[in-house]
Amino acid sequence: MEWDWAFAVKIVPALLDGVVITIEATLLGSVVAMAMGMLFAILRRSRNIFVSAPVGLIVDFIRGTPLLVQLYFLFYILPDIGLVLSPLVAGVIGLGLHYGTYTAEVYRAGIDNVPSGQWEAAKAANLTVPQTWCYIILPQAIPPMIPALANYLVSMFKETPLLAAITVLELMNQARSVANFHYRYLEPMTLVGVFFLVISVISVVLLRRLEARFKPEV
Amino acid sequence: MAEWSGYLELILQGALVTLQLTFLGMVVALIMAFAGGLGRLSRQWWVRWLATGYIEFFRGTSVFVQLFWAYFVLPLLGFPLSPLQAGVLALGLNVGAYGAEVVRGAIQSVPKEQYEACTALNLTSWQRMRHVILPQAFVLMLPTFGNNAIELLKGTAVVSLISLSDMTFQAQIVRAQTGETAMPFLTILVLYFAISTVISTAIRGLERHLSRGLDGTRS
Repeated sequence: MEWDWAFAVKIVPALLDGVVITIEATLLGSVVAMAMGMLFAILRRSRNIFVSAPVGLIVDFIRGTPLLVQLYFLFYILPDIGLVLSPLVAGVIGLGLHYGTYTAEVYRAGIDNVPSGQWEAAKAANLTVPQTWCYIILPQAIPPMIPALANYLVSMFKETPLLAAITVLELMNQARSVANFHYRYLEPMTLVGVFFLVISVISVVLLRRLEARFKPEV
Repeated sequence: MAEWSGYLELILQGALVTLQLTFLGMVVALIMAFAGGLGRLSRQWWVRWLATGYIEFFRGTSVFVQLFWAYFVLPLLGFPLSPLQAGVLALGLNVGAYGAEVVRGAIQSVPKEQYEACTALNLTSWQRMRHVILPQAFVLMLPTFGNNAIELLKGTAVVSLISLSDMTFQAQIVRAQTGETAMPFLTILVLYFAISTVISTAIRGLERHLSRGLDGTRS
């Protein structure tokens, strides 16, 4: 089968529609992941074992099972209990929950790296717990985490094709429908690969700059 | 309930395919990880260049794109692959690319004195790698390899999309036949979790076993 440039050029607009959805899902998913990760990390640190143990089990469970199956779970089971989600919303929640368990680890490491003297100083200054978190701990913990968080954002981007399985029309799904319609797979599939490579290369370059900017001062 | 046991059997058949894919994928990934990782440290520029190209390509594009490419495009170029072959190839090459960076990092973190000591003992470069560097580096690779193996297990679910009847595919069939959603998906989630727990426990055990006697060499 020969590469057909005319066909390749013709399908680019349809694929770009998919790129938009892919990026949208990645960005929304990472917002959910950042928030869920913070929640997981804080709950897992709880001194109450009835909070920390179940949260720990849930986090390990989500990390140890495939995202695809979790997406099916959200997409097929929630309607049974009366919660109908649009495919994109289900996908964003799935991505966010799954990657939340990864970002939780990043947060945990970041928080552990804040010297214990800071906690003691906050206590000595009679700050409340929320004040300690918001003004003392998180402002010191977050900047060094940023490169690692961005790294997971890039991995999440590479997992968005899974959303095709729950009928979200992202890049991969667009490519498949174009390919099925014209019965030509070479150009759409290769172009999808090229798009992914281009976006990942750009994001890796950005990542390096982030790493340089937030390099922990020794 | 009798009916359900029949469906459970279907899911367990899928579990066998999942295990088979995970195992074969791990073998390919392990070979590629060492080939890629050692290749990046080679003294020949073209070997380094080849290894870097492989690693960046497979890490940069998504595993799904690679899988679909292997399944739909390679046959058109004259390499027809069965779904199992395409799955093992795509997953193995993808995870291998991640593993290659682990291999490179671990080998580079072996202290320089170890190399100098090998030179002093007049070891050949093969002896140095086989008896001195790798035994120390391998222990450092294991924890990340364990994570990679679990990523690979999770990646196998995707082959259901190219009609390979793994655990996820079978669960979809059960869902289609019974209209039941919670049962099949919860069952396979628990099975996946069980397999990943076994993998991480095994790797931790292996790590303990291999790091015995290495305590004094690491500062």
